[in-house]
Amino acid sequence: MNAMNEIRTPAPAAVAARTPGSKSATRRIGEKALLQLAPFIFGFFMLAFWEIMVRVNDVPVYLLPGPILIAKTLYTDFGSLWPSLVITSRITIEAFLIAAVGGLLLGMLFTSSRWIERCLFPYAVVLQVTPVVAIAPLIIIWAKDTQLALLICAWLVAFFPVVSNAAVGLNSTDRNLINLFQLYGASKPQAMWLLKLPSAMPYFLAGLRISGGLALIGAVVAEFVAGTGGTQSGLAYRILEAGYRLQIPRMFAALFLISATGILIFFVLSLLSRFILRHWHESAMGDR
Amino acid sequence: MSSVSTAIQVDKNASMAAATEHASSRPLISIKSVDKIYPNGTEALHNVSLEIPGKPQFVSLLGPSGCGKSTLLRMISGLDRHTGGEIEWPTTAYDYKGRPLAEIGFVFQEPTLMPWANVFDNVYLPLRLKRQTRAKVHDQVMDSLRMVGLEKFARSYPRELSGGMKMRVSIARALVTKPKVLLMDEPFAALDEITRLKLNNDLLALWEKQNLTVIFVTHSVFESVYLSDRIVVMAARPGRILADLSIDAPYPRTEQFRTSSLYNEHCRDVSGWLKQAMAGVEDEH
Repeated sequence: MNAMNEIRTPAPAAVAARTPGSKSATRRIGEKALLQLAPFIFGFFMLAFWEIMVRVNDVPVYLLPGPILIAKTLYTDFGSLWPSLVITSRITIEAFLIAAVGGLLLGMLFTSSRWIERCLFPYAVVLQVTPVVAIAPLIIIWAKDTQLALLICAWLVAFFPVVSNAAVGLNSTDRNLINLFQLYGASKPQAMWLLKLPSAMPYFLAGLRISGGLALIGAVVAEFVAGTGGTQSGLAYRILEAGYRLQIPRMFAALFLISATGILIFFVLSLLSRFILRHWHESAMGDR
Repeated sequence: MSSVSTAIQVDKNASMAAATEHASSRPLISIKSVDKIYPNGTEALHNVSLEIPGKPQFVSLLGPSGCGKSTLLRMISGLDRHTGGEIEWPTTAYDYKGRPLAEIGFVFQEPTLMPWANVFDNVYLPLRLKRQTRAKVHDQVMDSLRMVGLEKFARSYPRELSGGMKMRVSIARALVTKPKVLLMDEPFAALDEITRLKLNNDLLALWEKQNLTVIFVTHSVFESVYLSDRIVVMAARPGRILADLSIDAPYPRTEQFRTSSLYNEHCRDVSGWLKQAMAGVEDEH
């Protein structure tokens, strides 16, 4: 959170407007800090409430374990859950990277030729609207090994937001700037590299943020369908397995790790977006 | 048939020699009976002829909206094609796409800066597109920024600048290639009055120092009289030239000129022509 605050330096005018009296200024800063902490405070109280309710009502562990027990399980089972976390994360990251690079390239191909766009875009939509759970069994049959099948499933879900956002971004370049490039006789690669790609960046990065989360969802869903056991199993299989054995705290611990991974992906991509757009785009300039 | 393809493709060196030799006698741009008809049949320009001399001038294209003044400017720059007549640059070589070689600077109504690039890189762009390295043209870019008084803002980003400063960056970018002609399409129309007056003065000061022809599109009588030594009044439907007036007030012009009787006289005269240009439009309603 601190890192976010540093990036959000308010404009000088805003600072000037905020300093008529130092008292109100300090109060404002206090208020702002409280606002940043609000979700954590709320979360803490919710956890406390959960723990108390479980204890007071004597809820059995196999129905709903309290947060303290889940934390303990996470600590004791971490050794066996960690390798699964690595596997799920690896599939997610690989699928995401292929989707990001491939999506951008396909987006560029779309803008360079109307024909290619007309031919391919409807099928990209078809891939997007068909639920991955429904195609996963087929992919698992066709793909040589399960890891590859999982990768394909995760990629299928993550791919579309990048393509569509990149294509929209590349097509929404300022007309006057395009004219300017024409005027100075810019070549096609120059126009792409110096004009179209930079102006598509906010759209592309927004696509990445969506696609990062979707890659994780795709990886987990596909693994549920595949139900791979043994050494190569990811977190989704650990949840299934713990469910069969009624190890509910372990289920929650695995669930927690998946959520944490998703949050981390979103956070990293948001930081990346803010870093790249920090000088010019409204979205990276914080609250106004 | 566009003039560009009919123009004689002169060898670059020969044309350069010709340019210096005949700079004063031959026109810089010669526009002969140019028409522009859009595919839907609208006649944007009808039989427009205009000669821009080799000697630097400050020419304003003045007229009501829809008279085709911006279209004419874009056709001069090669951004739009005309459907009849000829536009020639008798003293200039053409590049392979039929555009006058590096002779044009263009300033749009909006500053049209790349928001992701700082001021230096925005001004460097025309040279970068001509594959000049940053190190080689660093001084040239800084000179251009100095001309508009923004050398201290080279590292700033467009969003950190005011509207007037952004427009100055746009002018610096147009001048960085040292063009013969600066084409300006209502550049100050979106700015507030005070900034506009200031930029008018700065533009005049710049123009007097450089060996430069300015073609300035505007719909303001006062702005055109203050700046120009020649005003071309245009009328709409179809777009055509109504009058070619010369403003014989000496340069340098200062704020005192704005209050002089000579200025008022010219404004009255030009307003009269503009009224006539509007008359046809109003009759239609």
